[in-house]
Amino acid sequence: MNDRTMRDDLQTVAYYPGCALEGTGHAYNRSTKRIAKKLGLNLVEIDNWNCCGAMEVKNIDPEVQNYLSVRNMAIAKHKMGMDVVMAPCNGCYHNLKKAEHDVTHKEETRKTLKKMADKTGQPEYKPGDVETIHALDWIKYAIGEENLARRVKHSLSGLKIANYYGCMYTRPRHIFPEKDQGEGSESTSKPHFMDDLLRAAGAEVVEFPLKTACCGGAHTLSDCDTSTRLVLNILQAAEACSADVIATECPTCHSGLEMHQIRAEETLGVKTQPVMLYFTQLLGLALGISPRQLGIHENISQSLGLLRQKGLV
Amino acid sequence: MTSFSEIERAILSVRDRPQEVINPAEHLLQMGEAILENWLIAHKQIPTQEKYEGFRLLGLHRQGAKLEPSFHACRETCRELIYQINLYHMKKDLEQITLASLVAMHLLLFIRGKMEIQELGEFCCNSKAVST
Repeated sequence: MNDRTMRDDLQTVAYYPGCALEGTGHAYNRSTKRIAKKLGLNLVEIDNWNCCGAMEVKNIDPEVQNYLSVRNMAIAKHKMGMDVVMAPCNGCYHNLKKAEHDVTHKEETRKTLKKMADKTGQPEYKPGDVETIHALDWIKYAIGEENLARRVKHSLSGLKIANYYGCMYTRPRHIFPEKDQGEGSESTSKPHFMDDLLRAAGAEVVEFPLKTACCGGAHTLSDCDTSTRLVLNILQAAEACSADVIATECPTCHSGLEMHQIRAEETLGVKTQPVMLYFTQLLGLALGISPRQLGIHENISQSLGLLRQKGLV
Repeated sequence: MTSFSEIERAILSVRDRPQEVINPAEHLLQMGEAILENWLIAHKQIPTQEKYEGFRLLGLHRQGAKLEPSFHACRETCRELIYQINLYHMKKDLEQITLASLVAMHLLLFIRGKMEIQELGEFCCNSKAVST
């Protein structure tokens, strides 16, 4: 990354962990906070934050989902004086971006959200009040690859990684106007920020054809078998690319990959080798943070054996 | 029309024994088209023969996306399949065919999943809301 794309305004950001990072994605929360500390970046958690509306509310009433998202953004701006909200969960990131898009482009949404804000006594959110970024954007633009590479204590060399971004980080394209803007920006068809950062940490990043493919997360309860087969296909693609690890940046995808890997073995009799680690855990290892501090023991996927074998633990 | 189970068998045979299939890249592309044909026929459409950017697969995807906004979600999978096939034509490496067959399998699982559970709601995290 060149200096033109580095940003000084990301040293301190409003942190929106979202519900998943307090539950199944706890290790992602822990490792994100740990690497922030190590890199000298400040995360200020949004006061009294609420659910972003996730999937369920969207399908019932998209405006309620928009309101749930902008309430967090309004608190960050008007009560905390922050300009940037960082959401590490793909679902939260996606919903905040979608709310920003709707409030910017739809008069009806602005009217409805104002009514809801008045009714609840919360500050009104106006388009552009804050910028929502993902954890990948944050490290990429606040630290950058060169700076990150200089801070690496234990290179990830010898570790073959398939980077799995999931669907919500890049789709639908129209809610991410900052992407696909040429050099230095993220691509919606072939995202590369996670590849760039892990490569800077010394890892061998493999060409992975399913980096934005569906993991079946939305229907893991209603159509579990399809979710298992989608995940198995992702795992087999990672194996075909000779990857030891699938790096993730979404708690839903991560837990889906972990759970359906086990289910595929139990129900379909197909065992796959790749282990799953959050990209923040991998960066943390490279920065010299202990596996326990990064919550690696909290993952369902057992990666410690591989990490020992590669000399990273 | 080729059924989903026939398509699945065909993709698996390419994945597991690519060296035994004549013109495996073309075969996978045809299977990709057959997957989208299933979707269009189920939605009472006549699958187009038109190509977009030189590929009927992309023409079929465009046709499907006009009916159903959430169909955009498999656009990248269609394009990735074509990309992998192009790489195969360039390198003539059967490992590329294995990857292309895994991409084709993902397209099958996603579309079949969408069709199987339409009554349950939208099979796509990043789709537009069903109520809009």
